[in-house]
Amino acid sequence: MNETIGMFFIIVGLIFDFFGCLGLIRLPDVYNRLQASTKSVTLGTCGILFGLFLFKGFTAAGIKAILCILFILLTAPVSAHALARGAHKSGVKLWGKSVCDKYEEDKNALSKTA
Amino acid sequence: MRKSQIILFILALLIWSFLTWPPDLQHLIIGILVCGFVSFMTGDLFVKRPHRFKQFTRYLWFLYYIPLFIWECIKANIDVAYRVAHPDLPINPGIVKVKTTLKSDTALTFLANSITLTPGTMSVDIDEENGFLYIHWIDVKDKDIQKATEIIVKIFEDVLRRIFE
Repeated sequence: MNETIGMFFIIVGLIFDFFGCLGLIRLPDVYNRLQASTKSVTLGTCGILFGLFLFKGFTAAGIKAILCILFILLTAPVSAHALARGAHKSGVKLWGKSVCDKYEEDKNALSKTA
Repeated sequence: MRKSQIILFILALLIWSFLTWPPDLQHLIIGILVCGFVSFMTGDLFVKRPHRFKQFTRYLWFLYYIPLFIWECIKANIDVAYRVAHPDLPINPGIVKVKTTLKSDTALTFLANSITLTPGTMSVDIDEENGFLYIHWIDVKDKDIQKATEIIVKIFEDVLRRIFE
């Protein structure tokens, strides 16, 4: 029973990982690509690890899988945030059809007053 | 030993014993020695206000936050999968500015992380002094600060204030 549910989690995780990779190819600019890759790959990888935990139970490998889920959830958004901020600071433009960029406006306002 | 050092010691030992599962004496002794040293050196850097760990309602709110977060995370993934798989690529991206009333570092970190993992939004930068967050939104519904705040931040802000502030 546990193995069936674990298999289900692993397959769902793989599907989400696939959509993350597809987004990495299809979406137009850095920020959109980061969105797709961060969200889908985080949940997809967590799904795979949770499936592994259901397979292994409370053994050495299973507990380590749970710890990995915890650390992925804590670190993946931070790294995405660092990448997006770094890209914006070094002048990577948003996609041409983007609606607004309040960050750019505020940065310009700051540099004019300074 | 100060309180903050004791809390860090317990947390570090817990993670160490999970890493070396199943527990045995050898690993436990090494863990106690190393965790003792680390928490003695860096205890007051990690935990700033140790009395908060004793307030029980914070843990209950944290238990409420976990399913909320998982639910939002699943919604976010279905949303992204839909946008990516759709042949016309229905996106409408932009960076908006939202306001938050949270102050402490931990609460802001958790808020930014939660925003990144919830539907269509990703935090780009934070202005700690004025309490502004710059959010990249894959489908901009409203450019106004107030309305964007209501849509993006409101879900988590109350819960996180009860946990960390």
